[in-house]
Amino acid sequence: MNEAPPLLHIRGVAKTFGAVRALRSADLEVRAGEAHALMGANGAGKSTLVKIITGVFPADAGEMTLAGQPAAFRSPAEARRAGIVSVYQDPAIVPDLTVAQNMRLARVSSDKVKAAMRDLGVERVDLKTVARDVDFALLRLIDLARALASDPRILMLDEITAALPADLSERVFKVVRDFRSRGASVIFISHRMAEIAMLCDRATVLRDGITVGVTPTKGAEETIVNLMLGSDVAKATTAPAARPARPETAHEAPALEVKDLAYGHALHGVSFRVNRGEVLGVAALEGQGQEELFDCIAGVRRADAGEVRAEGRVLKLRHPADAIRAGLVLVPANRLVSLLPQRSVQENVALAAFGRLRSWGPIAMGEERRRVDMAVRKLQIDTRAAAEVRRLSGGNMQKVVIARWIAAGFKTLLCFDPTRGIDMGAKKQIYALMREIADQGLSVLLFTSELPEIRLACDRAIVLFGGQISGEMPAAEADEARLLRAAHGLTRAEAAAALA
Amino acid sequence: MTDAAPRNTGSSWRTLARAGRFLGMPLLLAASLAATVAVHPDFGSFEIQSLALGALPLALAAAAQAIVVISGGIDLSIGSMIAVSNVLSASLMHHADFRQSLALSILVLVAGAGQGLLNGLVVAFSRIPDVVATLTTGFIWGGVALLILERPGGGAPAAYLNIGAGADFWPWLPNALVMMIVAIAAIWLPIRLSRIGLLIYAAGSDPVAAFRSGVNVMQARTIAYVFSGIACAFGGMALTMTTGIGAPLAGAYYTLSSVAAVVIGGVSLAGGRGGMVGPVIAALLLTLAPMVLVFLGIDPNYGQVIQGTLIVLVVMIAGFFAFLQERK
Repeated sequence: MNEAPPLLHIRGVAKTFGAVRALRSADLEVRAGEAHALMGANGAGKSTLVKIITGVFPADAGEMTLAGQPAAFRSPAEARRAGIVSVYQDPAIVPDLTVAQNMRLARVSSDKVKAAMRDLGVERVDLKTVARDVDFALLRLIDLARALASDPRILMLDEITAALPADLSERVFKVVRDFRSRGASVIFISHRMAEIAMLCDRATVLRDGITVGVTPTKGAEETIVNLMLGSDVAKATTAPAARPARPETAHEAPALEVKDLAYGHALHGVSFRVNRGEVLGVAALEGQGQEELFDCIAGVRRADAGEVRAEGRVLKLRHPADAIRAGLVLVPANRLVSLLPQRSVQENVALAAFGRLRSWGPIAMGEERRRVDMAVRKLQIDTRAAAEVRRLSGGNMQKVVIARWIAAGFKTLLCFDPTRGIDMGAKKQIYALMREIADQGLSVLLFTSELPEIRLACDRAIVLFGGQISGEMPAAEADEARLLRAAHGLTRAEAAAALA
Repeated sequence: MTDAAPRNTGSSWRTLARAGRFLGMPLLLAASLAATVAVHPDFGSFEIQSLALGALPLALAAAAQAIVVISGGIDLSIGSMIAVSNVLSASLMHHADFRQSLALSILVLVAGAGQGLLNGLVVAFSRIPDVVATLTTGFIWGGVALLILERPGGGAPAAYLNIGAGADFWPWLPNALVMMIVAIAAIWLPIRLSRIGLLIYAAGSDPVAAFRSGVNVMQARTIAYVFSGIACAFGGMALTMTTGIGAPLAGAYYTLSSVAAVVIGGVSLAGGRGGMVGPVIAALLLTLAPMVLVFLGIDPNYGQVIQGTLIVLVVMIAGFFAFLQERK
């Protein structure tokens, strides 16, 4: 299309962390004014490549040219001066400084920040607020506004929409389009195929640290998926198997029953039940009370009113240990919260099983190894970096959290957005795992921020809106449109009226 | 729905917590002074003067510690650096006149900055945790102090020793307190009012986010150590003024007491949070407590137990306020 030399050209970049080869040979070519998608399964090396480009750490090998000139940055500050700015997955906003101080930290003009915040629709944020008190989704937009205000030549967005509600994502897309139309380039990392197709011109696909292909995005979903999954194409093309509806088991007590649960301003009388052998999906937009709901059931927060029953027994939940004892175990969204990042996979998996001190004697090492090995094999955890959990990729960390509960035993798994920022392969494995759990007569309560997942993984779905249940439907009927309507608090009639 | 509003920050709990953070320490000091007068009605301007003079070295040690802790580190060499400045000033000024001793003070400050710089460079380049790095440099500075002055001795001209004594402005405003305020303001205001302060707070609050925002975290932390060294030099000279001599082993008390003052004064040991007023008032309180115990006629051996208990209580109360602030 375009014969001008690429703005950013990367050839053969490699990076090794200890025993893990995060990047073997990554190539990337970004033209001026192009929106370029960087895709790949978890652990494929996307984040590593972004961090090398922005100077977070140096590459072991390979070369990079910016506008034809060789370039290598020793810090994000240097990359910023050269016009490359990244919005990372976790906002680079210092929590104890105010929003305004954070802007000054990066030396961007406050007028430009205000203009960018206006474009993003977050101009109402008080710049004197301490960043710690600002919601996560908003912080990402502030981080983006700050990046835009520095007028970069290349803007890198790492999973910018992962935690954003749909309306805010739309604004981000609009701002990114405007930004491109001024001749700057965008490198966009996302697992959401629809976004990629809508926003990007071309995509570079990484697999196991190697660039395996570059393709225009228009109508190339299949190609991209196949490139990401490699030879194992079959995995990608199988549709989720249709499941027979589960027979109603009204005669027995449900695995989990929640009645009139209330918590502060977040939950107002939420009631539902999860039957044995069922995966119940929870769909909701950002901040509709889902976090509080899961925390209350898992004993992390104490509900103001209402009751939680497990197999018919009313629970007194004052501490996560109470919930765990009743067989309710939480897989939180932030994987690092529940892992010991500097300990091994084995210890992390074994921790839950040996969390309670049954005897003061030594741990039965053989038994520990057997249980852990079983769980690790079952979840196909990539154990190249088994010595320290923090070296694993996000998807593998999530599997370690689930593996620990499989090793320890449970009755109901409470999964809070387990697939956030995880690649398709790992997602499919996690769905399959939930199905397997349910088939064994155990139950799963699954919140997911990605609505299509509900149909793939669940038997039945409830929708939360404003701290109340605004809809309930079998998974077969839980298409995106219906879920979205309920998630916005619209009944069918109102929706029809609104759309008319 | 479509408008993302910041979380409501105006709840009464937060207001109370914020008020507690700003007013807590001054109120605690006022209450302690009132209690002191209650148990010892003779407590007057002279006692205030000796309190301020006695607290001067610790206040500067607390300031030194606060800067480093805010930047995300901890400095366990503070006592040794104070000792070096103490013996250096006492040996250099022994036979000097007043004007010469003032000039030598500048030399001592430069030496303090140099020690702080070395601390900072060791931390920045070795990537050894601050606790270990400053513990070891503390041994080095302790040895240097013994090399300068093997046993307690030296001195300084009487005019120099008397700078901090008495009260020239108003009987209730001791010279030592004026010195304390001037010295700490001279160190702290340039930090707080410039970009350096922003960098130091950012480095302490979240080094990763700061690095990604373009901050040179190690540089910011090294600068914090340099200022800490300067504050220690002030503290060592203050010790010379209060004791009249140099003593190579006199610094030991200040290392852990400065940590106590910082914790009581509301500076988070995790970094990035807190200010300078709290630790300085805490230094006054830590000096006042043993005085009160003497007034009460309590065995000094109980004194330490009581003092430790008080520190725990104050920190718990501060923790309670922090807890209130975390709640919406």
